[in-house]
Amino acid sequence: MAKITFPVEASHIMMFARSVDDPNPVYHDAEAAAKTEVGGIIAPPTFAQSVAQFDPDYFLRPKHGQKWFGSAKGPTGITEKPASSGGLHAEQHFEYHRPLRPGDVLTVETKPGNTWEKESKRAGKLVFSERITEYRDQNGDLVCTARSVGVRTEKPVAQS
Amino acid sequence: MALKKSQLTVGATHSERVIENLSRTQLVMYAGTSGDYNPLHTDDLYTKEIAGYPGVFAHGMLTMGLTGKMLTNFVGDGRLKKFGVRFTNQVWPGDSLDSTATVAAIREEGGEHLVDLTISTTNQDGKEVVSGTATARIDP
Repeated sequence: MAKITFPVEASHIMMFARSVDDPNPVYHDAEAAAKTEVGGIIAPPTFAQSVAQFDPDYFLRPKHGQKWFGSAKGPTGITEKPASSGGLHAEQHFEYHRPLRPGDVLTVETKPGNTWEKESKRAGKLVFSERITEYRDQNGDLVCTARSVGVRTEKPVAQS
Repeated sequence: MALKKSQLTVGATHSERVIENLSRTQLVMYAGTSGDYNPLHTDDLYTKEIAGYPGVFAHGMLTMGLTGKMLTNFVGDGRLKKFGVRFTNQVWPGDSLDSTATVAAIREEGGEHLVDLTISTTNQDGKEVVSGTATARIDP
């Protein structure tokens, strides 16, 4: 997979923290953050996943000139039937070497991991696939590693 | 505010209400910042008629982010070494979530003092939506 450049910016961190309902000043107030142990604004622990914004081919973002599978005039903007009820997120794991800070320019590389299958009562056949993502900073140092497990379900998850 | 080894005991817990009456607008905000515009999280028409769910539901990563707020409030800023979760049930608009960290171990590794935590986030019906573990650096 191609390497993605992920510039970490203060306004993105501020908006991300709002989107996870976290009012901690260390994510938006430079003056208050300067007085903390970390000495300045840092990103919240799950922020790294926002690298999706910088992936030119990310499939869960509408793109110029392409049909989008979400609703518009009708319930979906595509005519073909999707192959399955879609993917869900099963697991997410982060390992941190240091916090991300505004001004970091990360180089991000994702590699496929294992895949496996399982039968479930609630959603039929489940196909799991793992992706390992390494985030390196402007000095080439590894700052964060993420392991993500996605699952494709045969049918929508039944509600218990 | 960092944790001190002397203040921690195995089995001790820290809990927080991390979201009250989760709004659909919060899901829109999360889509906008994370870049995950999957219509399952913001587009009721698509989600009901095409995907076959009762309606939009939260990004797993939003629930992990809310859980992370509890963790960083507990262990301090920039102190996490590891944070991992499984998404065990979907989270829906209107849900209120409580997150709990339980001290599983207090140990030393490579000259650092660490705490291992087990994590659980549950909804208003007591159903677990996220289960996981974390490791954080603590002060001696």
